[in-house]
Amino acid sequence: MKHVDEYRDPELAGKLARAIAEASTRPVRFMELCGTHTMAIARHGLTSMLPATVELVSGPGCPVCVTATEEIDRAVKLAQTPGVMVATFGDLVRVPGSHSSLARERAKGAQVKVVYSALDALDLAKAHPQAQVVFLGIGFETTAPTVAAAVLMAQRTGLTNFSVLAAHKLLPPALAALLTGPQLGLNGFICPGHVTTVIGTGVYAAVAKQYGLACVVSGFEPADVLATILMLVRQVEQGRAEVEIQYARGVSAAGNPQAVALMNQVFSTVDAPWRGLGWIPKSGLDLAPAFAQFDARRRFDLEVPPASDHPGCQCGDVLRGLVRPNQCRLFDKVCNPENPLGPCMVSMEGTCAAWYRYRR
Amino acid sequence: MCLAVPAKIVEITGEMAKVEVGGVQRLVSLMLVPDLQVGDYVITHAGFALHRVDEQEALASINLLRELVESVAAAQAGEVRGDD
Amino acid sequence: MASDTILLDHGAGGRASHELVGRIFAGRFSNPLLDPLDDAAVLTPPPGRLSISTDTFVVDPVVFPGGNIGSLAVHGTVNDVCMRGAKPLWLTVGFVLEEGLSIALLTTIVESMARAATEAGVVIVAGDTKVVGRGQADKIFINTCGIGVIPEGLDLGAHLARPGDAVLVSGSMGDHGVTILAQREGLNLDAPLKSDSASLNGLVADLLAACDGVHVLRDPTRGGLATTLNEIAATSRVAIELQEGAIPVDPVVQGVCELLGLDPFYLANEGKLICIVQGGQAQAALTALRAHPLGGNAAIIGQVKEAPAGRVWMHTRVGGGRILDMLSGEPLPRIC
Repeated sequence: MKHVDEYRDPELAGKLARAIAEASTRPVRFMELCGTHTMAIARHGLTSMLPATVELVSGPGCPVCVTATEEIDRAVKLAQTPGVMVATFGDLVRVPGSHSSLARERAKGAQVKVVYSALDALDLAKAHPQAQVVFLGIGFETTAPTVAAAVLMAQRTGLTNFSVLAAHKLLPPALAALLTGPQLGLNGFICPGHVTTVIGTGVYAAVAKQYGLACVVSGFEPADVLATILMLVRQVEQGRAEVEIQYARGVSAAGNPQAVALMNQVFSTVDAPWRGLGWIPKSGLDLAPAFAQFDARRRFDLEVPPASDHPGCQCGDVLRGLVRPNQCRLFDKVCNPENPLGPCMVSMEGTCAAWYRYRR
Repeated sequence: MCLAVPAKIVEITGEMAKVEVGGVQRLVSLMLVPDLQVGDYVITHAGFALHRVDEQEALASINLLRELVESVAAAQAGEVRGDD
Repeated sequence: MASDTILLDHGAGGRASHELVGRIFAGRFSNPLLDPLDDAAVLTPPPGRLSISTDTFVVDPVVFPGGNIGSLAVHGTVNDVCMRGAKPLWLTVGFVLEEGLSIALLTTIVESMARAATEAGVVIVAGDTKVVGRGQADKIFINTCGIGVIPEGLDLGAHLARPGDAVLVSGSMGDHGVTILAQREGLNLDAPLKSDSASLNGLVADLLAACDGVHVLRDPTRGGLATTLNEIAATSRVAIELQEGAIPVDPVVQGVCELLGLDPFYLANEGKLICIVQGGQAQAALTALRAHPLGGNAAIIGQVKEAPAGRVWMHTRVGGGRILDMLSGEPLPRIC
């Protein structure tokens, strides 16, 4: 596959790994901020190719993992509402809320359909005029514009049985919360690919300048990630802290203004709860007033009691890179992929799920 | 946050385009990326085109990788021989 | 006027049931053992130990590129029986039909079952049909039982893998799983996907004729290659080490998996086998598999090691290394 296979060439990957080992003379710690990077690192076994001086930690980059328990409880309550058909990405189906999950509700007869795009949810609404189709809007700035586009199309075509339960999250506020929180001992960030495709690289300039952290925007193939790590190592070795783009084929510094405009038109920012990180100001998206009729929270009674994470859960520290999965008391004991307690084990991409599957 | 894979546009009808990845074709919306043509490579995500892959950028990007490796090796070699 | 859909009376055992059996089943499954339509068939087992397996088929959709629930039921059962080295002889089939199922569709399914049985050289010796009310089943469910005879001196089982053995697969991974998923989730994918559903008794016979050092044969159905290898590693108390680059995956299947965020090593196969054979006979096994039409893409993908027991480790295509764990949850399209 063009633009893919070149970045999976074992010879190039081997050279990059050797170059990292040669360039790295002192311990460094980089955080990746995107669940797909966590998956790529784990799936291709990249950690085993890195020298001992380079440590990678996973941040709050997986949209399923950061979806708060009460947001899952709201989706469960939605699924229990007669006449409702919940349309969701596959990632969310097994995620446990306080006492149930979409998978359990489906087993009890709720209509839960897995879709691959918000457009598929529109098609469901057209195909089932008698059902109230509600799309679960999770994901960061990569996915939010696609949901905004679907809402605009629903408005344009006068679709009355379609609405969105918005639980989108924004990356910059989470990044700020990480940096102003407890000391992380980081030297730099593997910056997300396609969030940056949408919002551009501007947000990272302050991180590099103010906090002296190297920032490199990475693609998702093995050679992309290894090249990004090499660029980060060289910045640290040379005492630089800059924003660099490794993923030139997928990102431009300016981002995608059309996508940002659409997102800002349909959604407005609100304070939002992050599983494991608590409430972060201006870090979530709700339907803007002009699109209130598409807001599932206004169309249905979805009030749920406040929920808290599992008492022994240390996901907050894992998401900050302060604790490694195998250092958490619950990891691989009470908490495992079959019985995920915290967000990091819940999604296939969560830090602990990836560690459990690929490195245990 | 996404596993978008570069796909080639093979057909455009209105706001939708048929794209192809490794022999697989799928319909994506072009609402988020203006003025695309057949033959363009696009990053797609959850049923939408997100970004047009610039051919020169793509070529530069793979060559950058290769140069990166050579330059580090050279720098290393230079230090070892102490002649830089 | 014969009905064109299944009615509840077809399940009552009276005239309508007899009419249905006569019209749809008896003719197509006809053989001396089944024809008397007695309460049970009488079989004379040949010398040797018997291999017996049961399976239930609930695939949705019931018809898919490369086959349907009927052919799949025969292939799946034949394959399970011959994974212990047996020559498959007899099948029983039990149908649960939903009221309102189209008889034309049922006929297509029964015809493909009969064809698949003939191709595999097995005889359907007993059958049963029940009808349930609309909505109590999804069109049609099929339960089967397969019986085969294991040649003298042959003993295969998931507990028999030994350090030093080679690990082979008979062809590309993930074809069936991705074909079904692409249909079911209605992802309007336009891809030349096709299930690999097929009976493997011929392939197994050729393989066993060529190598006497085969220790394990398994068909990696639900959970795919990764799950089945983990089962073998756990049961045999051995480690298994793989080379990702050696594992065949059809490019189109890889393309769909990239798009949907799926891993082909966790998707079902219905016409492939995993073979674990004495290290010295790896090449002989590979040659035998590749000589058969169903083994053209066979490959040696790894070897069995002493320790750590129960672990499946994979050297990735780019030179890294990682655990290949069992499937948890269900493979669903994801966005990230």
